Amino acid sequence: MKRTVETIFEASRPGRAGYSLPELDVPGVDCASALKGHLRSEAPRLPEMAEVDVVRHFTKLSKMNYSVDEGFYPLGSCTMKYNPKVNEVAARMPGFSRIHPLQPVDTVQGALQLMHDLGAMLAEITGMDAFTLQPAAGAHGEQTGLMMIKAWHESRGDHQRTKVVVPDSAHGTNPASATVTGFDIVEVASDDEGMVDLEALKSMMDDRVAALMLTNPNTLGVFERNILGLTETIHKAGGLVYYDGANLNAIMGKARPGDMGFDVLHLNLHKTFSTPHGGGGPGSGAVGVKDVLVPFLPTPVIAYNEEEDTYLLEGGDTRPQSIGRVRSFYGNFGVLVRAYTYIMSMGAEGLREASETAVLNANYLAAKLAHLYPLAHRGHCMHEFVLNGGPLKQETGVSSLDVAKALIDAGYHPPTVYFPLIVPEALMVEPTETESQETLDRFAEAMEAIVAKAKAEGAAPFHDMPLNSPVSRPDETTAARNPILTWRFGE
Amino acid sequence: MNRYIPTTEEDRRRMLAVIGVPDVDELFSGIPAQVRQKVGSNLPDALSEMEVMNDLRGLAAWNLSVDEAICFLGAGVYDHFIPSAVDSIISRGEFTTSYTPYQPEVAQGTLQAIFQYQTMVCELTGMEISNASMYDGATAAAEAAVMASAATKRRRILCGRNVHPQTRETLRTYCWSRKLEYEEIPFIDGAIDGAELEKALAAGDAAALVVQSPNFFGVLEEIKPLADKLHEAGGLLIVSTDLLALGTVEAPGKLGADIVTGDGQTVGNPMNFGGPAFGFFAVNKPLMRRMPGRICGQATDSSGRRVFVLTLQAREQHIRREKATSNICSNQNLCIVAASVYLSLMGPKGLRETGAQILAKSAYAVEQLERTGKFRRAFPGAPSFRETVLLCDEPPGELNGRLLEAGIIGGLDLSADHPDLKNAWMLAVTESRTREEIDYLVSVAGGEE
Repeated sequence: MKRTVETIFEASRPGRAGYSLPELDVPGVDCASALKGHLRSEAPRLPEMAEVDVVRHFTKLSKMNYSVDEGFYPLGSCTMKYNPKVNEVAARMPGFSRIHPLQPVDTVQGALQLMHDLGAMLAEITGMDAFTLQPAAGAHGEQTGLMMIKAWHESRGDHQRTKVVVPDSAHGTNPASATVTGFDIVEVASDDEGMVDLEALKSMMDDRVAALMLTNPNTLGVFERNILGLTETIHKAGGLVYYDGANLNAIMGKARPGDMGFDVLHLNLHKTFSTPHGGGGPGSGAVGVKDVLVPFLPTPVIAYNEEEDTYLLEGGDTRPQSIGRVRSFYGNFGVLVRAYTYIMSMGAEGLREASETAVLNANYLAAKLAHLYPLAHRGHCMHEFVLNGGPLKQETGVSSLDVAKALIDAGYHPPTVYFPLIVPEALMVEPTETESQETLDRFAEAMEAIVAKAKAEGAAPFHDMPLNSPVSRPDETTAARNPILTWRFGE
Repeated sequence: MNRYIPTTEEDRRRMLAVIGVPDVDELFSGIPAQVRQKVGSNLPDALSEMEVMNDLRGLAAWNLSVDEAICFLGAGVYDHFIPSAVDSIISRGEFTTSYTPYQPEVAQGTLQAIFQYQTMVCELTGMEISNASMYDGATAAAEAAVMASAATKRRRILCGRNVHPQTRETLRTYCWSRKLEYEEIPFIDGAIDGAELEKALAAGDAAALVVQSPNFFGVLEEIKPLADKLHEAGGLLIVSTDLLALGTVEAPGKLGADIVTGDGQTVGNPMNFGGPAFGFFAVNKPLMRRMPGRICGQATDSSGRRVFVLTLQAREQHIRREKATSNICSNQNLCIVAASVYLSLMGPKGLRETGAQILAKSAYAVEQLERTGKFRRAFPGAPSFRETVLLCDEPPGELNGRLLEAGIIGGLDLSADHPDLKNAWMLAVTESRTREEIDYLVSVAGGEE
């Protein structure tokens, strides 16, 4: 099974090419004189290959990847649900993929309507008042939401509000996004179920508090039982509450962040709304706000003129309090088309069924694994759960990383490991709603076999795992110490 | 039945029995009663695949695509040729439906593609190190400015007024939120005004200058003297550029740029109404550990094979949290796979031929328009690539209206943003345009108003 693919630079042969352009049908120009000294002096060492060899190279590479299309991908916090194929066909229609963002608005009404309607549907799902679809990713959405919070405080003359409270169980992007938006981070402790300590939170309140950032259900897959107490505490202190929508897949049709007191949130359309992850992007971090923050939304805002039944783009001239732009154009439109297609395919009932089944699958799998590992939650979990790998490690020496690598050999993508930080040797499992009972049963059997092997044979056999993957465990320490970040030509 | 959810009633009953609860609602009992959703969402009913495609076809038909009209509009997004093999490769589920390559043993495809992309970006930009990509060109420039501020421990960012207006707006937003000073430098004859720049640098407190080349107007900046001025003043030069142009135009890394960024739509990504494409970001070694975004590196596996991993992660949010160099945790991965396939198919010769065609077709279009007597170049002496600013006899809005009626998406109307350039209209000519299309443009544009 072990195999590597030569780099595309090694596969290159001088003189080959994989393109064709039409004969030049206008008079040619001398590039050097046209560019007046700006002509490139040395050709870039890009591959020179025929089309067939390029296609085979990338096809071989693709076969080294594990994907949702191939099998179960229970990566906690990432919502690796199935990505419907119709979404891909829709996004590739020339009427969406081959339109220019600066065309006259009357020639892109369909695109504007799609974005307008998508924003309205997301607002309905989350209980918010308005959406911007501009942010390109979850972290970008966090940054955008925090900028609006900052602008709101500044508009009230509250320049001293520089503190953002983040639970110790939060995703790493939360504190990082607050820092890049110019806030100071204050960490609030959570209990063994990841619930924010309300009394601790109250004791932190003063006139420097700008916001609280919260993921709900939290990163242990548990719904904050005192959510209204938390949001009220912040509001009383004059702050706003930010909802990290990473876990929205648990609650569609069941509860809405807007009804819990959240003022601003981002959604990862590439998680809950089934747009593919693409090996790390492109995604979309759509941001929803309550009325109080609407004036601060990034420009342009997609608006609908009812009288003339037309969609338009509102810029900074009509939105003086806007934070401005957070990127070029209107967002990752191609991703928005996919999310729109998904919501239209699911409808309200379908989305509720998705959340119900995601939660059913998580609880079923947790029940199947409860005799192997302590669970980090008590009672029922929501759409994901965290296994405490500490006892297994103590007993057998087999770490959660070892278990992850053994799962690769069993034909699965491993769960998220070592997150959240508050559970030792955490294994965070999110099955999603698109998996059948048989898939969950087989995964549970694989976990049982791994734990049995750990108990029988100890850690030694695990250190060589994975054995069935294209490559073995890499030496990441040396890679970071002596970074080789580009192909070394001629070495 | 829902086509994306395999669970049957019977499955559900069995699973609930294993969990030990009577119904699914019981699993949601942790949600406090006060916040439980009482009524269903007011969304359209679910559509079958046929119905949803009909709905989308209707919306798509309401847009005018460049399959139906001839596009001379650019300003950062271009109608460039994309070989069929590009979409074929990125449609493969192994690339489309995999996650960030955090488990390198089962993600070598993505990792090696990133490593190769980084190499191609370094080759084209003339820089030593590239990350795995950013959201877009505008945010890449903004992240570069933030990084330059950290590296120089200065808080003043300069940016040319001839940089893409949306890049400038994004920079302004990022600078406001980081409490950095933001200041624009005027241009003269389309390029940065050197005298004005020297004045701005005199205080010795500028962290960086952001320039674009080819700039928003298509004009090529003199990078070397700009870099010298910045370095004398202790600041860094950030050059926002274009990978397709760099097949023909000199690499900024050879001319003293400290950070090279830009938008990658031009190499293998459809216009997509402005996204997704990707931003690229390249530096030299001294700035390596300050870079934002993920980076892929070569490593060795336990059997001694050459493999690839995400590396230098001590900069990133999932390790450093609030001390990270940036909050970015994704890259526009599928778009850079598209770019790598495009660049591999084109190779150095293909990019050069594309550049030569763009120069020839641009020159032809501009000469023919000038010949009508109704257009003249705004910056006649300045070397440019793909884009030309023309001053028209008639208001560009009216001109574009006439063109649209004739099935042509005209150039960008600059008259509102640049009233000093009277009736300015920016024409983009890519290799996709034919002589016939250009002649048609000239006949309509030069015809009676």
